[in-house]
Amino acid sequence: MSDTLLKVRDLKIGATVYPPGEKPRDIEIVHGVSFDLERGKVLGLIGESGAGKSTIGLATMAYGRGGVRITGGEVWVNGRDILKSSLKDVRKLRGGEVTYVSQSAAASFNPAKKIMDQVVEAAVEQKKFTRKEAEARARDLFAKLGLPDPDNIGDRYPHQVSGGQLQRCMTALALCPEPDLVVFDEPTTALDVTTQIDVLMAIKEAIRDTGVAALYITHDLAVVAQVSDDIMVLRMGNMVEYGTTDQIINNPQEEYTQALVSVRSIEHEEKEPTPNPLLSVDGITARYKGLNFDVLNNVTVDLHPGQTLAVVGESGSGKSTLARVITGLLPPRDGEITFAGRKLSRDLSGRSREDLRELQMIYQMADVAMNPRQTVGTIIGRPLEFYFGLRGSEKRKRIIELLDEIELGESFIDRYPAELSGGQKQRVCIARALAAKPKMIICDEVTSALDPLVADGILKLLLDLQKIEDVAYLFITHDLATVKAISDSIAVMYQGRVVRYGSKSQVLSPPFDDYTDLLLSSVPEMHLGWLEEVVAHRKMESAGH
Amino acid sequence: MHPIIKLVSQRLALGILLLFGASALIFGLTEALPGDAAQAVLGQSATPEALANLREEMGLNRPALTRYFEWLTGIVQGDMGTSLTNKLDIAESVGNRLGNTLFLAFWAALISVPLAIFLGLVAVRYRNRWPDKLISAVTLTTISIPEFLIGYVLVYFIAVKLGWFSPLAMINDSMSLGQKLSAIALPVVVLTMVVLAHMMRMTRAAILNVMQSAYVETAELKGLNNFKIIWRHAFPNAIAPIVNVVMLNLAYLVVGVVVVEVVFIYPGMGQYLVDHVTKRDVPVVLACGVIFAAIYIGLNMVADIVSILANPRLRHPK
Repeated sequence: MSDTLLKVRDLKIGATVYPPGEKPRDIEIVHGVSFDLERGKVLGLIGESGAGKSTIGLATMAYGRGGVRITGGEVWVNGRDILKSSLKDVRKLRGGEVTYVSQSAAASFNPAKKIMDQVVEAAVEQKKFTRKEAEARARDLFAKLGLPDPDNIGDRYPHQVSGGQLQRCMTALALCPEPDLVVFDEPTTALDVTTQIDVLMAIKEAIRDTGVAALYITHDLAVVAQVSDDIMVLRMGNMVEYGTTDQIINNPQEEYTQALVSVRSIEHEEKEPTPNPLLSVDGITARYKGLNFDVLNNVTVDLHPGQTLAVVGESGSGKSTLARVITGLLPPRDGEITFAGRKLSRDLSGRSREDLRELQMIYQMADVAMNPRQTVGTIIGRPLEFYFGLRGSEKRKRIIELLDEIELGESFIDRYPAELSGGQKQRVCIARALAAKPKMIICDEVTSALDPLVADGILKLLLDLQKIEDVAYLFITHDLATVKAISDSIAVMYQGRVVRYGSKSQVLSPPFDDYTDLLLSSVPEMHLGWLEEVVAHRKMESAGH
Repeated sequence: MHPIIKLVSQRLALGILLLFGASALIFGLTEALPGDAAQAVLGQSATPEALANLREEMGLNRPALTRYFEWLTGIVQGDMGTSLTNKLDIAESVGNRLGNTLFLAFWAALISVPLAIFLGLVAVRYRNRWPDKLISAVTLTTISIPEFLIGYVLVYFIAVKLGWFSPLAMINDSMSLGQKLSAIALPVVVLTMVVLAHMMRMTRAAILNVMQSAYVETAELKGLNNFKIIWRHAFPNAIAPIVNVVMLNLAYLVVGVVVVEVVFIYPGMGQYLVDHVTKRDVPVVLACGVIFAAIYIGLNMVADIVSILANPRLRHPK
């Protein structure tokens, strides 16, 4: 008798797609995947978006999201094929034998119910424990997961705890019914790096202490390397490579896996500052209407022509607010902005067309930054008309030039945004910004929503364009790897203040201030045991203080 | 101060303000109508002298603003004036009539609101299958047919042909509750059919909207069955829109029953109003107008307050 808990054989999953203007049709999104998972082991499922990893994870609960259907194969849990079970039996499995931790705990908790009610619900419903036992167990788990005030936190509502805490509550929810298998679906992706590390460690310890088996789904190889025993690499619904974590990280066989492992290998030589900065942000203090505190506090930074200033910080640090102030969307309370030698009006309405043209912006969500009813040609052509009065064949010629610059080409001119991939959409947004011939582009988390390999392509493109067009970037990001890849100077922001500012080499070399140290050491590294090293190091440091 | 208290008191203050606005509007509009109470009493053939005398006697020569505030003060104190036509105290007559209307509205609401919500839940549970389609078709049909027609059809078949209930919904104080209920059975059915569709459709739409959310998926992955998912996880988050449409319909049950009361000759506010409009009995029309406005504003205020209370972020601030 083997110890196999989960046996997946030739799993095929299909979905119905609704392409615009065409008849709905069925497609296959997972093409026959097989794997085994022993009791108490952790298997990492890794791949980019569209790889089918979440779909496979949910299939172990015989569940398909939206129009997704399991079309073939076998999924054996505890010795029975759940795809052949009745709905009643499947409901016993869900929340009892197999539980699920989603990417966004904030969305996955019911806002109208107390945390405790939701954490114990499955355990009580599946008659694994009485309500009383389940609550005691939940409090134990809260404590184990490092939540503050574990005895009472369950009485709160989801909006009353932080994102990182809620993600741990979700883990407690999944572990409470004492399942055999937990499916973790990108459980730390939505968190800040400094929060991620604690949640990751809490999850890892909880898995170890309870002896539960887990499927750990993520796009981040460095994260999965910390928690899993084996890794399966997926791409477009196919298995690419399947091996031990050690083998996948240190000795990847397939080209695609090698690319994933070596992602973020862009080298960028830091440029010297020029005597005259293009943009000077001087002592900016700003707050939103209705708030009684400043979101930005005396922020002073410079950006030099043709260079990149990376503004890095976690959510709530004020980095996007800084972009809003520079673009004039949020007039500051104090301080001034000098751009290309002239003082910029605090307010958008006071800015000239030239000011607007020279200062462009690219956003995180390329989807919503484009009108879905306009073609790529119309989208890129609009600034050409607006700023330069181009019409007809002249305009078309320039659009094609821009499409070539972003490596898409003329064939894209009549396509609609819905027909583009995420990376292509972001490229179109870049072309639209470039069409205005700006001196500076504000890039607000432009690669955050993209898969690592695609993001790399965008970063390379931005660097190449900088060389050709001599455009400066104010690059807002929470991702330190991106910062290292493209910046010339860096401003680290924390709670509305710049805590560290200087050239890339200065900012990234010791001695560090506490916050920068915490931030830098929190970025997952692609080697085994990194998580334990960092946590041990932090414990020692706090003991030493 | 707790934000809930602040928001609720804001709503209350706003409701009172709105009521004053409505009273001014009603008074102003009746003022703007051609002719006045004196004209109405004396009729078309009255001599100018007689009109002038009566106006003097009724105090109609004083400025409108003075009369408005007099009238308003009276209403606040519960004095609605006397009817022109039968010289009875309006507050007394209205009190009786309003009681009857509320009695009818209460039983109609008691049946229609739970039924609408239940049907909405069933429609969600069997979405796009035959129970959903049947419920939608039937309720939309009943809302599309004018209520007087439904009323007469029911009177013809159930009262006249089958003789189950009386065609006239006459009630008085000497009747027992059972007799009263039997008397109002038909109007209650008609009213239920009229208000059901709105509430059912809104319940269905609000819950379906919530069913798309990630926490419903979480509930599904806990192995809950569909009714538990809808009842425990979807419904509590869909209360606000449902309460709003329920309150609108409750207001309709009180304010909009005119036609149904006339069809069944029910001694309620609607009948009373219609009678006195035809007789141009301005004080009665004014009193009815203000009462209707108060009920409308009051119920919508309740809806607002329930929506505020249903929001956990407001109920339990950080």
